[in-house]
Amino acid sequence: MSNVPSDLKYTKTHEWLRTLPDGTLEIGITDHAQHSLGDLVFVEVPEAGRKLSAGEPFAVVESVKAASDVYSPVAGEVTAGNPALASEPEAINSDAYGKGWLMRLRPAAGGAAPALLSAAEYEKLIAEEGG
Amino acid sequence: MVDFGGWDMPLQYGSQIAEHHAVRRGAGVFDVSHMCVVDLEGARVRPFLQRLLANDVGRLKAPGKALYGCMLDETGGVIDDLIVYFLEDSWFRAVVNAGTREKDLAWIRQHAAGFGVDVAERADLAMLAVQGPEARAKAASLLSPAGAASALALEPFFGREIDGWFVARTGYTGEDGFEIMLPGTEAERVWKALNSAGVTSCGLGARDTLRLEAGMSLYGSDMDEGTHPFESGLGWTVALEPRERAFIGREALEAIRARGPQRKLVGLLLEGRGVLRSHQKVLVPDGGEGEITSGTFSPTLERSIALARVPAAAGSSVQVDIRGKLHEARIVRPPFVRHGKALVS
Repeated sequence: MSNVPSDLKYTKTHEWLRTLPDGTLEIGITDHAQHSLGDLVFVEVPEAGRKLSAGEPFAVVESVKAASDVYSPVAGEVTAGNPALASEPEAINSDAYGKGWLMRLRPAAGGAAPALLSAAEYEKLIAEEGG
Repeated sequence: MVDFGGWDMPLQYGSQIAEHHAVRRGAGVFDVSHMCVVDLEGARVRPFLQRLLANDVGRLKAPGKALYGCMLDETGGVIDDLIVYFLEDSWFRAVVNAGTREKDLAWIRQHAAGFGVDVAERADLAMLAVQGPEARAKAASLLSPAGAASALALEPFFGREIDGWFVARTGYTGEDGFEIMLPGTEAERVWKALNSAGVTSCGLGARDTLRLEAGMSLYGSDMDEGTHPFESGLGWTVALEPRERAFIGREALEAIRARGPQRKLVGLLLEGRGVLRSHQKVLVPDGGEGEITSGTFSPTLERSIALARVPAAAGSSVQVDIRGKLHEARIVRPPFVRHGKALVS
């Protein structure tokens, strides 16, 4: 069974979002996603300052099996990419919602509210996908 | 689970990288029952195989000895690669790929008829590959004392009937070990007994990273009917001597050899970070292009490796197009890893 913490928001493309105290968003891929990908061996994260539109690929996570793009659920400006993943990509496998975060993003003002899923809705989605 | 040649097979049981290391450092077991075992029997089975295969079964003098080689069409294209065991003067056993089973059996039967050779698929047999430095000892612990002694006495690339199983000291990982053919009804029990003996269950994913580190070709990726052995890193499996042996594809290969192969299969070592994958484009410095035929992340080397088909003149380095960006890679001679040790750096 995949781990789906109740305090996070999710997307249909298997990203998670956490709102930090300063209003920025921390974003990564879900436990279900890391499990589907298998052992991660290479991760490319964005540089601080990069501007992203909603739905734009911002990271590449590469496992032994395949390379996958990760999409930004919201528009905004990157405040940090996780520097630790360059040498420790397996942190996504072992701690997807903690040490495995991919980027932090300041959402663009006045952007359209993204269609995010609650933990319960995301659990339903992965159950339907056979996860 | 994935579909592999019509079989539902697991890519991994747990962590693919952990399974890979288990085979390099200890012992792992693969269910390779999808491989197609074919018994070939008849008084003229040896001349039949000398016609059918580009490698020469005339080299097999001692019973039990195995030979790896290619079955070619008349143009020199590879129909399949296979292992053949010499069991008795009138009995050989071949192991061919699952994905090519039907065309292989049709081709073998078509040519066997003229030699009076009987072709029998052994669908009753399962096949377990137990691989790694500790694999032989752990597998032998499941046999009777006499059987264990017999199995442990097998020389590399020999097989023998032991305790109702066919045990061969062969594999597809670059490590020592056995491939065991046994009645399908026994496979589950033996698998569990191997687990209890400390042998790790391994899936197709680890099988691919291990064989690629060992520089071993995968049919359908590194070679097929559109390529010949000389451009597939398999020239060593073509026996052009003795000259009078008229194997299928010989004339085509001699013509190719006379004008010189245009392409070659090489090993690539990615200099930076990223992962080489099949079908990525390879650019040679002084012009010309090639393509990656198999690529992966090497858990032993902790960097990416690949096999690639490139122009014959390619030198020591190339660039690879990974999702639109060019990355430097070095041409090396496979294998990358053998018996747990890195052979490139």
